[in-house]
Amino acid sequence: MSQAPTENVLELTNLTKRFGGLVAVDDVSLHIKRGEVFALIGPNGAGKTTLFNNVTGLFQPTSGTVVFDGRNITGSKPHEVARLGIARTFQNIRLFDYMTCVDNVRVGRHVRMRAKVWDSLFKLPRERREEVRVTEEAMDLLKFVGIQRQAHQYARNLPYGQQRRLEIARALATEPKLLLLDEPAAGFTPQEKVELMALVKKILARGITVFLIEHDMKVVMGISERIVVLDHGEKIAEGPPDEVRKDPRVIEAYLGKSA
Amino acid sequence: MSTRPAGKRRSLLPPIRFRERMRDRDTAIYGVLIIIALIFPLATIFATDSTFLVSQAGHAGTFVLLAIGLNVVVGFAGLLDLGYAAFFAIGAYTYALFASAQLQASPAHHAYHLPFWLMMFVALFVAAAFGAVLGFPTLRLRGDYLAIVTLGFGEIVPQLFFNFDQWTGGINAIGGIDQPSLPAWITGPWAGANGIAILQNFTCKPFWASSAAPCYSFSFDPIAYYVLVLILIVAAVILVTNLHRSRLGRAWMAIREDEVAAAAMGINTVTTKLLAFAIGASFSGFAGAYYGASFGLVSPDQFYFVVSITVLVMVVLGGMGNITGVIVGAIIIYFVLNSLLPSLPSTVESFASNIGLGFLNDRNGDWPGLAGETQRLQFLLYGLILVLMMLLRPQGIFPSRVREQELKHAAVQEEEAVVEMTHA
Repeated sequence: MSQAPTENVLELTNLTKRFGGLVAVDDVSLHIKRGEVFALIGPNGAGKTTLFNNVTGLFQPTSGTVVFDGRNITGSKPHEVARLGIARTFQNIRLFDYMTCVDNVRVGRHVRMRAKVWDSLFKLPRERREEVRVTEEAMDLLKFVGIQRQAHQYARNLPYGQQRRLEIARALATEPKLLLLDEPAAGFTPQEKVELMALVKKILARGITVFLIEHDMKVVMGISERIVVLDHGEKIAEGPPDEVRKDPRVIEAYLGKSA
Repeated sequence: MSTRPAGKRRSLLPPIRFRERMRDRDTAIYGVLIIIALIFPLATIFATDSTFLVSQAGHAGTFVLLAIGLNVVVGFAGLLDLGYAAFFAIGAYTYALFASAQLQASPAHHAYHLPFWLMMFVALFVAAAFGAVLGFPTLRLRGDYLAIVTLGFGEIVPQLFFNFDQWTGGINAIGGIDQPSLPAWITGPWAGANGIAILQNFTCKPFWASSAAPCYSFSFDPIAYYVLVLILIVAAVILVTNLHRSRLGRAWMAIREDEVAAAAMGINTVTTKLLAFAIGASFSGFAGAYYGASFGLVSPDQFYFVVSITVLVMVVLGGMGNITGVIVGAIIIYFVLNSLLPSLPSTVESFASNIGLGFLNDRNGDWPGLAGETQRLQFLLYGLILVLMMLLRPQGIFPSRVREQELKHAAVQEEEAVVEMTHA
């Protein structure tokens, strides 16, 4: 863990994921530089979320490697990946519905907490101190994403936009080096999209690299430094937004449809 | 947005008040329970001139302990365990084997008489270990599948104790289990063979008794067991409450809500569920040791499926996930099963003759008399009581806030669905 930081936070090499006969991710290689906003785009069913799931350990890749922070994490379990410093949000929001917002974020702190069963059973002083500290940290994170007023409501009861924010706060609570956002602006109003972009910039300022899947071109072009385009599981383009936008294959596969 | 100063303390204020209010209901229930628990022995001994009800209450305490333990597994972590009595059996047999003459006749040829206090902790750890052993291969299963596996485990364990009769005596049971030597601070100076020796020479005439008797008259002292089980329950409640409001408690809740998201947040779902299983099992382990000691006899048929189900009913009916609810549920179900239903035939009989329907009490052909008929219908009535209680209060008697919310939302969603359907 004490290696010098590598230039690339995440490197995927020839990553392939098959489901029976379907090749969901086909021989994709890409690398994400430390401190950038990297976007993954592509039409529906292109394999974007599957790629995320392979990175975060929900799926085992059929072949290829995932290297995070100079360390091969191919085939690691989701909780190990989270511990190493990759956090994510989900395309369909997956909050702990019947826990309060602050508890949701405190669950995110789980990996960075040290209380053992004995500490909790007997409420030892160090456990109490940790709880107080973690609650404060959770409140700070809620404030960071702008929903501190809802701290003690059930996650279930928040409006949609705030649920997305809460999910980001929960992911940030794990102290990630790399944050994976799966369609964070889906269903947002233009105003909310602007706020989201501001939030992503704030996250970046914390030294966290952001890897996002997004359909909304304004958001993607507005905040990302580099883009990879997937179509039918294959990487068809990579580069800065302006280049990708002009790529004929991309226009054909993706932008062409929406234009 | 707000004119209030945005200090941290300020923003935390309303939530704290909210929490305190929510906690108040539980505090009130605990208060009432403690007062009842303290008055109960005095009141019943005064009213009935015997300690029978106190020993019943001590026995009920075993089930309260079991319900508190099962609540960790079912209520907190959301794992349906249908074989919980297995761990209870393991705890009881652990104590029974090492605190009776049983092992004399076994291949070990040596009777162990280890002290209760030691064995209570041993039983706790043995049950927890079996919880982990069972959990390790099975916790990858979800929901219904896990329930079936635990059901199987619950069937196997009593059978093992039944068939390993060389060691366990099988159907002959293990009797003559050592009574724990309880310290005077539990038995109290007023009672108990192990109380202060001087007291034994005195005879007392309590204000409610008709004649003088030795101050200690019970070699098997119900009041001591009653106090002991109260202490165990209080300890269990404190420990479980601590767990519930801790890192681990939140991890359990998270897994119950959404296992995938919990794993993505860095929670090791397998070990966390394993801990729920092991901790739940450990409570039933020491409940088992207490049960063996207070009952003096363990046999395999005390741990059949019906025990697992009864404890599950206590948890669900009391209010899954809420400790006070579960305690109240356990007490109510125990009362219904062991007091209300058995006394029902005679109550009905005397009621019938009081209102002039005495002829119903006479046997006549196929009619076994009202009492006999009630006897036969006992478990139908039990079933009816359960169905009615669940219909009237599906969230349990004192539900956890979460269950309350879930059911409210489910109801709203159902209404919305109906509205949509009728508009379509």
